[in-house]
Amino acid sequence: MISGNEERDNENLEINLLIRAVKEKYGYDFSGYSRASLKRRIKKSLSESDADSISSMIHRIIYEKEYFHNLLLNLSINVTEMFRDPGFFRSIRDEVIPVLAELASIRIWHAGCSTGEEVYSMAILLKEAGIYNKCQIFATDFNQVVLEKAKEGILPIGNLKESTRNYQKSGGRGSFADWYTARYDFAVMKSVLRKNILFADHNLVSDEVFSQVDLVMCRNVLIYFDRPLQNRVFKLFSNSLSHGGFLAIGSKETIHFSSITDEFEKFSTKQKIFRKKI
Amino acid sequence: MKDRHFSCVVIGVSAGGLNALTVIFHGLSADFPIPVVVVQHEKSDSEDLLAELLNYKTDLCVKTAEEKDTIEGGVIYICPANYHLLIEENRTLSLSVDPRVNHARPSIDVLFETAVSAYGKELIAVILTGASSDGSTGLRQVMDNDGYAIVQDPATAYSRIMPEAAIKACRFPDEIVPLEEVSARLNDLCRKGYSL
Repeated sequence: MISGNEERDNENLEINLLIRAVKEKYGYDFSGYSRASLKRRIKKSLSESDADSISSMIHRIIYEKEYFHNLLLNLSINVTEMFRDPGFFRSIRDEVIPVLAELASIRIWHAGCSTGEEVYSMAILLKEAGIYNKCQIFATDFNQVVLEKAKEGILPIGNLKESTRNYQKSGGRGSFADWYTARYDFAVMKSVLRKNILFADHNLVSDEVFSQVDLVMCRNVLIYFDRPLQNRVFKLFSNSLSHGGFLAIGSKETIHFSSITDEFEKFSTKQKIFRKKI
Repeated sequence: MKDRHFSCVVIGVSAGGLNALTVIFHGLSADFPIPVVVVQHEKSDSEDLLAELLNYKTDLCVKTAEEKDTIEGGVIYICPANYHLLIEENRTLSLSVDPRVNHARPSIDVLFETAVSAYGKELIAVILTGASSDGSTGLRQVMDNDGYAIVQDPATAYSRIMPEAAIKACRFPDEIVPLEEVSARLNDLCRKGYSL
C-alpha cells in the first residue's frame, strides 16, 4: 500500500508532466500558476472526462486536439458577474471616469476578460457618462472559446437579478434592462455597447505590451499566478500604461510585492485602483 | 497510544458561525502554537469585518486571509467573502474566484481538500454549525488521509444540518464535541507531547 505522501507526490509528478506536455505541444505555459487551484481544475477535468488518471490525460492531450481544448477551457474560465464588487464600479464611475473624460481619446485594456461581464459593465459606465464614443476598448484573453462568448455578450437569465442589483449598488442611475435584450432563457447585451470593443487573443504569460493605454482592468486574474509571474504581468501593465494612467486590480490583489510598486501611487482610498506617476 | 503532532487546524462553519467562532477563539490558549484557518459562509457582498470582530475575543491574532500569506502558528486566518480559500503545499494561502462549490464560495470542501494535500495527517479539521452539507466531502478526505476530524455536537449547534451531514459522511469522526468544549480539545491536542 502506498502512503498518503507518496500518493500526493505521484500526483504532483503527473501534474508537472501534464504542464510540460501542454507547454511543449501547444505553447501554453501554466508553470507559473498557483498550484492548488490548477490542481483542482485539472482534477475536475479528469472527473468530467473518461480518462482514468492524469497520466492518461497526458496521452490524450498529446494526440487529441479537441481533448486539449476542453481542458484549456477548464483551465481558463474565471467565473465573473456583471458589476462584481459594486463598490469598485462606483469608484470607477465617481473617481476614475471624471479624469478619463478630460482626455481627447481613451484607451482601455481589459486583460484576462474571460466571458466579458466586466467589459460590458465598464462599457455601460462609459455610455452613461457620455464618453463611450471616444473610447477604444481592448478585451483580451488567451482562450478563443471564452473570447467568442464574450463577443456574443450573452448572460444567463438566472444572473439578471443579481446583475441588476449590482448595477444599482454601483450607482447606476438608469435602468439596467435598457442595456440588454431578454430572450427565452438568456439575455444579450445591446450591440451599441460592443461597437468600440476589440476582442483579441493575448496571453499574459507570454505576450507583449499594448501601447499607451489609459486604464488597465485586470481583476481576480493575478490571484491565480505565483509571485514571479505576477511580477512579469505587473511590468507588462506598467509598460502599457501612459503616465497618469490607471491600473485596477482585484480587491484581494496587491502591487506591493512587485517591482513596479514605486512607479504607482494609490488613487482610490477604498478600492485597488492605482495611478502611474507622471 | 501514540504521539501525534499537528501543524494546522481548519474550521468550516456556516449559519450561527459568529457565535460559535467567538466561543472557540475565546477559549484557545494565548500560546496556541499552530495556525487556524477558517471558512465561514457569508453573503457575497459582506465586508470583511469578521476578523476585526473576532480579534476582540481572543489573545491570538485574527486576520482576513490574503493571497500568498505564509501560514504562521498562533494566527487565525479568516476567508474573505466571495473567494475560495486554498492552502498550497508550501503552506501559503491562495484565493480563487472559481465557481461555487456546494452553492458556496468560499467552500469548506475546497479549503479542507487543499489542506489535506498540504498537511496530511498533521491536520485537524473541525465542522461546526451550519445549514448546508458543505465540508462533508472534505472532512471525509481528511479522515481518509489520517488527519483528525472533529464535529460539533449537533445538539449544541445553532443549525444541526452541517454537523449531522459531516458525521454521516465520515462515519464517524474522531470526536463529536459540544461547542463549549471544542477549544479545550484543540488546546489539548496541540499541547506538546500530547498522546492520543
